[in-house]
Amino acid sequence: MSTSITRTRALGALAIGAVAVGVLAGCSGGGAGGSGSTDATGGTYTFWDPYPQYDASSDWAKVIDKCAADAGVTVERTGFDTSDLTSKALLAGQQGDSPDILLIDNPAVSTLVEAGIVTATDENGLQVGDVAENILGASVVDGKTYGVPIGANTLALYYNPSVLSAAGVDPSSIKDWSSLNSAIEKVVASGKKGITFSGIGTEEGSFQFLPWFWGAGADLTQLDSSQAVSAVQLWTDWVKKGWAPNSVINNTQTTSWQEFQTGDFGFAENGTWQKAGAAKAGYEVMPIPAAKGGAAPAPTGGEFLTLPVQKDSARYATSSKIVECLTSTANVVDTDNTLNYIAATPEAQKAQLAKDPTLEPWIEAVGAAKARTGDNLGVKYPVISEQLWTAVQNSLTGAQSPQDALKAAQQAASSK
Amino acid sequence: MTATQITASTGTGDTGRAAERSAALPTPGRRPRRRGQWAAWAFLAPVVVYLVVFYAYPLYRNLDLSLRDYTVRSFIDGNAPFVWFANYVAVFQDPTFWPALANTATFTLVSIAFQYSIGMALAVFFFQRFPLSATLRALFLVPWLLPLLVSASAWSWMLNSDSGVVNAALSAAGIEPVNWLTSPQWALVSVLIANIWIGVPFNLVILYSGLQNISTDIYEAASIDGANAWQKFWRITFPLLRPVSAITILLGLVYTLKVFDIIWIMTRGGPGSSSTTFAIWSYRLGFGSALPDLSPAAAVGNLLIVIALVFGLIYIRAQRRLEV
Repeated sequence: MSTSITRTRALGALAIGAVAVGVLAGCSGGGAGGSGSTDATGGTYTFWDPYPQYDASSDWAKVIDKCAADAGVTVERTGFDTSDLTSKALLAGQQGDSPDILLIDNPAVSTLVEAGIVTATDENGLQVGDVAENILGASVVDGKTYGVPIGANTLALYYNPSVLSAAGVDPSSIKDWSSLNSAIEKVVASGKKGITFSGIGTEEGSFQFLPWFWGAGADLTQLDSSQAVSAVQLWTDWVKKGWAPNSVINNTQTTSWQEFQTGDFGFAENGTWQKAGAAKAGYEVMPIPAAKGGAAPAPTGGEFLTLPVQKDSARYATSSKIVECLTSTANVVDTDNTLNYIAATPEAQKAQLAKDPTLEPWIEAVGAAKARTGDNLGVKYPVISEQLWTAVQNSLTGAQSPQDALKAAQQAASSK
Repeated sequence: MTATQITASTGTGDTGRAAERSAALPTPGRRPRRRGQWAAWAFLAPVVVYLVVFYAYPLYRNLDLSLRDYTVRSFIDGNAPFVWFANYVAVFQDPTFWPALANTATFTLVSIAFQYSIGMALAVFFFQRFPLSATLRALFLVPWLLPLLVSASAWSWMLNSDSGVVNAALSAAGIEPVNWLTSPQWALVSVLIANIWIGVPFNLVILYSGLQNISTDIYEAASIDGANAWQKFWRITFPLLRPVSAITILLGLVYTLKVFDIIWIMTRGGPGSSSTTFAIWSYRLGFGSALPDLSPAAAVGNLLIVIALVFGLIYIRAQRRLEV
């Protein structure tokens, strides 16, 4: 008896469930493109950024409030985790309630452009003329510009002067790969460890490999070129000879930095964000050498201010005002100093350098740097990058030769 | 109110008598019954809404996602074309598919085998009460109490090629150090070791509580008949624990199939794809790069659900046979 009751009820529940699913599905279809923030009380603008570490009392929040007040509005700011912000922005775009201003990691800009949820500067009226072209490249898709960089960071080669001098290495002698190799060899011969970097199987690994890849003269559209092979060969040889620890295969940039902080290493590839700690520990820095001399182009990091699509296009004018205020030399220098960024305009870079002359190698490195999604790669970059880090990993572990690993990577990247 | 509730809950069973009653009583007798039905639906509504919003609809969306070709653009404008099983075909033909399937199977089966046998051995061991047994048993629960993030990070430090304590111990013993997390041969073994360590306490607790339900009379009778410890285990403990074992192994299977955090923290599924399981692969496709590949990611996720469902059905089948 009792089972028959349960069964009838279960059937009833299922029926209700089925109806509700239909209703919900209908809602979500019709709901897209709904009202969203455009109906928000007049004068309030929404602002999303990836800096949850800064609360309302921080300098960052204050400069935003000041710029909003100058434009005659108030800003409601929300900080999200970086890894979370792209999907949050996509979801908000789908629901039609994007923020007025979105500060987002530069490789994500082309993804948002592909999704059609951010506006180009010719539509929203943002001025980008002063920004250095190589930094701006991350937001240029098919000749249109979609954002303004708040600042940029990049990679360079840190070294430990006491380890180098004990090994008899003069840092100024390092000009290209062969002089770098002989320097590492001397450091290892002196009983210390050579170099550490991050070769992990994520975007971080590609980010760290790109200076060597580009420094060899390779191009992301041709992963199996002989130049690309020579770059993978360089890293593979370091691991094989024990010049770099085996742990680099699994190192994030943070763990790699921790290895360098033991004081046992001669060199470490790491980013602008470590410069304060490095200066305290007495480490110094040089641009990453290219294969045949000169500074290798390293990838740029850092966020872009974008204006997502709004129903009410009259809002762009005010949003642009706020963004231009935030990126004006007077405001952006302080912001970039707190964020450990190098400013994106030559004028602001000069102002930064006047305050802190130790920034010189970094300004040089940022000047030589390249946007990952530049060269009009756009959303092809994430696909290529995944194949690139996989090839680097397969070669570093010895699972495949550099040639085979890159050939497989090129095949996989071009088939997608 | 209570009266109507009772009518509702016993309604169908008492149809005959209720009909008699309504025949005997004047017409108003019908009304409380209908009201009762509404009340019943009202009571049912919260759980139904909950199930639909949090289970049925997400599952439906996941299925829909995997049968359409979603790109970032069609995700926004909602015009993803329906492609039937193209995403599944693409997933099956992907060079990652077979290695990921093999890794998932190895990871799950080896984990369960070790977790269950070690858990069983410890449960039997601790069942013979001895001084400090309660304290020691409590210590074995530590892996279970730690957040997975903490255990996985600790393991990845211990297994670090150059500065890990495990390699330090190996070289102290004169054995060549092993690249635990960074060589394709060892990466899966390393995450397996960590996962077994984490899963043993669960098996220990469930099996130990199962042991307490076995009557001591049986063991005493066996002792009188001259059975040794080995015979007691294989002839009494093991067969009588079979229902408990079955549920332990099923829960372990479902849980291990979807293990993600331990592998992600320790190896990111690498090097290459040597420790990539379906759970890792699905995450990599969906969230691993700046360009989400949501439809294939949903397809891989659905494959995982189907595999778990198959094991669930096998369990229900086995249990029915036990009951009969």
